[in-house]
Amino acid sequence: MKQFLAFVRKEFYHVFRDRRTLFILFGMPVAQILMFGFALTNEVKDSKIVIMDQSQDRATQQIISKIEASHYFKIQQNIVSPKQIEEEFKKGKIKMALIFPSNFYNDLMHLHTAEVQVIADASDPNVATTVTNYISAIILEYQHNLNLNLNLPYRISTEIRMLYNPQQKSVHSMVPGVMALVLMLVCVMMTAISIVKEKETGTMEVLLVSPLRPMLIILAKAIPYLLLSFINILTILVLSVALLGLPINGSILLLIAVSTLYIIACLSLGILISIKTSTQQDAMTISLMGMLLPTVMLSGFMFPIENMPVVLQVISNIVPAKWFNIIIKAVMIKGLGFGAIWKEVLILTGMTIFFLVVSLKSFKIRLA
Amino acid sequence: MAEYVIKAEKLTKKFGDFTATNAISFEVGKGEIFGFLGANGAGKTTAMRMLCGLSKPTSGKATIAGFDIYKQTEQIKKNIGYMSQKFSLYEDLTILENIHFFGGIYGLNNQQLKSKSKQLLHDLDLEKEAKKLVSGIPLGWKQKLAFSVAVLHNPAVVFLDEPTGGVDPVTRRQFWDMIYEVAHHGMTVFVTTHYMDEAEYCNRISIMVDGKIEALNTPSNLKHQFNVPSMDQVFYQLARGAKRIE
Amino acid sequence: MDVVSAHNLTKIYGKDKVTAVNGVSFTVSKGEIFGLIGPDGAGKTSIFRMLTTLLLPENGTATVGGLDIQRDYKQIRKQIGYMPGRFSLYTDLTVEENLNFFATVFGTTVKENYDLIKDIYIQIEPFKKRKAGKLSGGMKQKLALCCALIHKPDVLFLDEPTTGVDPVSRKEFWEMLKRLKTQGITILVSTPYMDEAVLCDRIALMQKGTILSINTPQAIINKLPDRLFAVKAGNMYDLLRTLQRNTNISGSYSFGEYVHVVLSPSGISPEDVQSYLQQQGLTEIEWKKATVTVEDCFIKLLRE
Repeated sequence: MKQFLAFVRKEFYHVFRDRRTLFILFGMPVAQILMFGFALTNEVKDSKIVIMDQSQDRATQQIISKIEASHYFKIQQNIVSPKQIEEEFKKGKIKMALIFPSNFYNDLMHLHTAEVQVIADASDPNVATTVTNYISAIILEYQHNLNLNLNLPYRISTEIRMLYNPQQKSVHSMVPGVMALVLMLVCVMMTAISIVKEKETGTMEVLLVSPLRPMLIILAKAIPYLLLSFINILTILVLSVALLGLPINGSILLLIAVSTLYIIACLSLGILISIKTSTQQDAMTISLMGMLLPTVMLSGFMFPIENMPVVLQVISNIVPAKWFNIIIKAVMIKGLGFGAIWKEVLILTGMTIFFLVVSLKSFKIRLA
Repeated sequence: MAEYVIKAEKLTKKFGDFTATNAISFEVGKGEIFGFLGANGAGKTTAMRMLCGLSKPTSGKATIAGFDIYKQTEQIKKNIGYMSQKFSLYEDLTILENIHFFGGIYGLNNQQLKSKSKQLLHDLDLEKEAKKLVSGIPLGWKQKLAFSVAVLHNPAVVFLDEPTGGVDPVTRRQFWDMIYEVAHHGMTVFVTTHYMDEAEYCNRISIMVDGKIEALNTPSNLKHQFNVPSMDQVFYQLARGAKRIE
Repeated sequence: MDVVSAHNLTKIYGKDKVTAVNGVSFTVSKGEIFGLIGPDGAGKTSIFRMLTTLLLPENGTATVGGLDIQRDYKQIRKQIGYMPGRFSLYTDLTVEENLNFFATVFGTTVKENYDLIKDIYIQIEPFKKRKAGKLSGGMKQKLALCCALIHKPDVLFLDEPTTGVDPVSRKEFWEMLKRLKTQGITILVSTPYMDEAVLCDRIALMQKGTILSINTPQAIINKLPDRLFAVKAGNMYDLLRTLQRNTNISGSYSFGEYVHVVLSPSGISPEDVQSYLQQQGLTEIEWKKATVTVEDCFIKLLRE
């Protein structure tokens, strides 16, 4: 145990004395989250929209003047055909289109319910969400004023259609992806380098000649990064909540527990890489190219897995980040409990055990 | 020896408040073998870098083959050869490719390259190995080859930084035969070594301690001066008092 | 009892089947300083790595402290100290931190075995807060020795501890080894410097994976059958060339300020060589009997 603690302490010395490591460990996660934060939370002002008013009655006029009065929108023109709307979207000139069907006022007065259709350009998902939220709010306000003195309320239902990005991925779904990516990079790369470095500088030779057991070396290498990654998770979560206004709908404890599991899986993978390689350069290349690319492409963080060719869908199953992505979305955004994610947790646990066993088996008790 | 190929006058290099070389002065004549000795960290490497035009002195003057080390570093580089134990040849190139590469760097034309490399391979008895990768040949050969490549362009001075480290005693002597050969033909040789018997092969040697040249003379005069039978002891007497550990 | 014994040890590397060590056998007794002397590529490091259980031999067997290097590697690792050829300590850790780390790794403390390293450690103690990477060559080597000694090993393996180190530090280092010997520690040391051979109790002269000769330095020197002379002349370059031209002379090579002339036991007489030199026009000739060194013997062995 004393040997183990001494080893762990030594690892901490290495980390804290190397500015580059420190920067990657703590600078990268913060930088990533800040980047997403600032890039995606722009205020929406004077967004250009078009309105197709097929009814042209009292109600639609009132709603339109309310929209004009708000400083969020700039009404480009009133147009008449759906085809024109499509063209405007394709030119990328407008953010949103508003369509009032004919007989809007009549329907509202006599059927007590009327429909308005909102079409948004969701290729910029954040802006699309914001503009549709504003427009819904304006319509709701109109409805509210209309209903002030009535027993039987009038209801305007807003039908929202997102163009180009139907899943409406936004900062909410980005954060889990960024978390998966950052932890993957930090854990895999840092551990991969730390063992290989000892091989390169020759200190591994001295360690091998000592009575230290391989298991102890591996664990002692991983522990500091486990702790540091843990701090990273907390930092990311605090930043996401405070800066990006991201809700944590599920249990925080469960969230931290599953994140820790994911870290351990990544650390094990890093250890495996460093045992299989003999130079820092190899370890770096493999962890960057071999891990970064699949994590970005195949974890469902950038592109929906369901839309991929079957081959890639199958391959995506071996990417740990994919499972973490599912877990964290379930816990953080959907607010689900352990019952909903036990399968994914089991897969990640299996992967971790696999990496560790292979690492231990491949750890050479001798040189060459 | 009236013609000085290396001339250093109060050459000083400071890194912050640390004086790596402290006002060293010496001259080396044409065709002379000059041994540059000193304990680890005495400032040899720094001095050698300045003389090769790789590092600007803080103060002092020096000329190499008549060129000023402040202003004419380009000309200096054309007129010196350099070989060190650590790096001299590309391991992943063949012997011939190495010769052509380094010859090319020093501006030899194709005809010269052809005749020079033929001569060189013949002298070293490496004709059959010319197409082999340098990584595959024994260390002794590598060092001899590296030396030959360093003097391929017939420089005025060749700087050798611990050229014989780890080489067997027979090869070491063959190496020194090559040094004598070029010196005999007028090339100046500036060499550092940790083998004290090799110090004896030099015409004159200087011993640096803590950034200063503490002794400079022929090996036999130095032994007289310190009244000891071997260079080893001369060195020991001088360097023992070294304060510097870096 | 033999602390180390190697029988027919052979190490072959890689796809190209490069034989680094070729059937080497030797024994080392308790409390002995045993030197493997030879240039780079002689196989010294490979032998050390096999004996320290870091490499498996392709052929042959060896024991360290009576334990088999293959089967009992775990026990051997507890009993030996090893200082690899290149500096193998943590450069970003201080002198003190390195020493404490290695002490703990071997299940001991600096305090417990301080007596053993005291003489060496006090020399680097003023710099104990300094990072190991910022030490000079001689200091690094002393620290590495302390780290290899901290668990009071029975056998110490030192792979080229003095390579690239200046003569003063080398001398100090050998004095430290002599003191360790008095503590009963068996020391195996390798070096490319021939002049260090006489500082060992017994030596093995090595070249290209084989042992050329194995004995006490004095016995190796005494066994040289040739007559050896040291010659000086006004022009040393001419002197060497002239000597090498004469085929009756078995060997001639530079040796410090002299040229050593090797004459076979029943060959040309020294007087004949002297007059030959005069005939060839050499002046200021100084001729004397040379003291044979291990280097002369090694050169002789290499030329055979």
